[in-house]
Amino acid sequence: MQEIVDPVPGAGEPHLPAQPDLVQLLTPEGERVEHPDYALDVTDEELCSLYRDMALVRRWDVEATALQRQGELGIWASLLGQEAAQVGAGRAMGTGDMAFPTYREHGVAWTRDVDPLHVISLFRGNDLGGWDPVARRFNLYTVVIGAQCLHATGYAMGIQRDDAEAAALAFLGDGATSQGEVNESFIWAATFSAPVVFFCQNNQYAISVPIERQSRVPLFQRAAGFGFPGVRVDGNDVLAVLAVTRAALARAREGSGPTFIEAFTYRMGAHTTSDDPTRYRLAGELEEWKLRDPIARLKAHLSRSGKAGPEFFAAVDAEGDELAVRIRKGTLEMPDPAGTDMFDHVYAEQTEEIAAQRAEFLSYHEGFEQ
Amino acid sequence: MEDDPKVVLMGEDIGKLGGVFRITDGLQKDFGEARVVDTPLAEAGIIGTAVGLAMRGYRPVCEIQFDGFVFPAYNQIVTQVAKIHARSRGRLPMPITIRIPFGGGIGAVEHHSESPEAYFAHTTGLKVVAVSNPADAYWMLQQAIACPDPVVFFEPKRRYWDKADVDLDVAPPPLFTSRVVRAGDDLTLLAYGPMVKTALQAAQAAEEEGRSIEVIDLRTLSPLDLGPVEESVRRTGRCVVVHEAQTNLGLGAEIATRVTESCFHSLEAPVLRVGGYDVTYPPSKLEEEYLPDLDRVLDVVDRAMEF
Repeated sequence: MQEIVDPVPGAGEPHLPAQPDLVQLLTPEGERVEHPDYALDVTDEELCSLYRDMALVRRWDVEATALQRQGELGIWASLLGQEAAQVGAGRAMGTGDMAFPTYREHGVAWTRDVDPLHVISLFRGNDLGGWDPVARRFNLYTVVIGAQCLHATGYAMGIQRDDAEAAALAFLGDGATSQGEVNESFIWAATFSAPVVFFCQNNQYAISVPIERQSRVPLFQRAAGFGFPGVRVDGNDVLAVLAVTRAALARAREGSGPTFIEAFTYRMGAHTTSDDPTRYRLAGELEEWKLRDPIARLKAHLSRSGKAGPEFFAAVDAEGDELAVRIRKGTLEMPDPAGTDMFDHVYAEQTEEIAAQRAEFLSYHEGFEQ
Repeated sequence: MEDDPKVVLMGEDIGKLGGVFRITDGLQKDFGEARVVDTPLAEAGIIGTAVGLAMRGYRPVCEIQFDGFVFPAYNQIVTQVAKIHARSRGRLPMPITIRIPFGGGIGAVEHHSESPEAYFAHTTGLKVVAVSNPADAYWMLQQAIACPDPVVFFEPKRRYWDKADVDLDVAPPPLFTSRVVRAGDDLTLLAYGPMVKTALQAAQAAEEEGRSIEVIDLRTLSPLDLGPVEESVRRTGRCVVVHEAQTNLGLGAEIATRVTESCFHSLEAPVLRVGGYDVTYPPSKLEEEYLPDLDRVLDVVDRAMEF
């Protein structure tokens, strides 16, 4: 038998250890449970609409992955398995709140009414941003890991200065918690008591590197060291995520400072379409997480409780198919950007140097047309 | 700060202390702690939170305490501040001013005497200026803060003690313009920041030897304003660039190339550079040997004249 070399004492412990303090309102079997700190009043209609959001986002994700495989997108970062974390957090936001996503928050984008095609345009290579971050209250995707946590904190400091009733919601992953800038954002948020909530989706892996290489303590416990509350929520339970994020945002808006939320979840797909997770994780692990699937869980609850019937699920499926067709058609019909686009927004006040290069570019290409 | 309530100053020790060079002295008393913010000690945090404030409509003015301490913030400056305008197609302007005391000559310890301007001038999306005297500092800083683009604002720390009258009745020129500070016919000497004073002293000394040197204060490093430079070089036929930064891949290399391209037929000599040696910034006992001074500038002027 091959000897396992453990470079850090304890680091070779089995993955997915027992999880303490996990806030849960819906068990993996779909049973509604109560939590002493997080009550949630939710109507049947809201439950159905949460299901609809998650199902449609997954359908979008599946279609985008297929489009990448067919060469229509340069890359795609799948959110498969994280629908509850993202839809729950997104739906917890108020209209005045501002989201600061990474590059995987398609589910949050959906809740902020960002057109899926605008997100796709980024991954197709048509745009560096894709949507209006001010109008949508959803910042542009940030690819440099953790950089957006400082932006969210600074934005929250602006909210304080405006004396506004709003909060910033920063998204980050488990890997990002190792970044210096993320830790700096915690220090800023704490010392200025900024109205910002850090929503960490711990999906267990930073590409191939497991959480044990980022932290020797459960992530939510880190917040205590910075002087603000940390809470771990079942990231595959949309109701728990909604309740916990709502409470944290309310706390921020009323001036009580930041909260760190660790949404404990699992990336069921690859990191991106360029990744091969079979190289670094066992198939059994995925099978175990499939039993906690966020969408199946809510579906089971809706079905068993009689809150939704087969007609509802069939209607959502049909809507998903329509969405997929729209996404496919819109992607294939998406016009390439004009070559001069790259010169036009480097500065608010264009420089003579770039204006000259733009003119040179145009005359160079006109030379081919003659 | 009186003109625009959205201007917020952020930096280490800029409040009660007034900054290690006292540039913000008294401002926190006048404008309060919400507008003159003593930050935690982390440069990426200063710039990263400035980005968020700018997204909320504020106009942050960040102080980096010393040139060599800007690098923890380099990621935020290069990957975020410089790119967000383009990424958002202009929907998110980044009117951030980043003030950096730079250059040597004050006998400081390591990391306190550097000239990192080329890193920022090389970065598309940033604008970079360097001031050389108190009067320019006054209006250039005002315009940098009013500029809708991010401006890296270099202040020559060894000139902090210079004094001059500022004529408030004269309308200042646009920010991104160079200026002929001394007219001459035989050679064009280009400088910026702390080296402008040195260049003027060299021109004065050369005049005593019968040489007429034109000195131009570049003032803006990105974008460059080479119009006045080209006009000058076409008359003089000779050009020397001086800066404290290492010459290898420094601003002088770019300027020499552009002047050669635009003034090739007027040049009597190659464009020459004089700057710091390509070594680690030396301990302060050696910095006088490292930094270009009047004699080294004149030496290169002689070489240019010999062609």
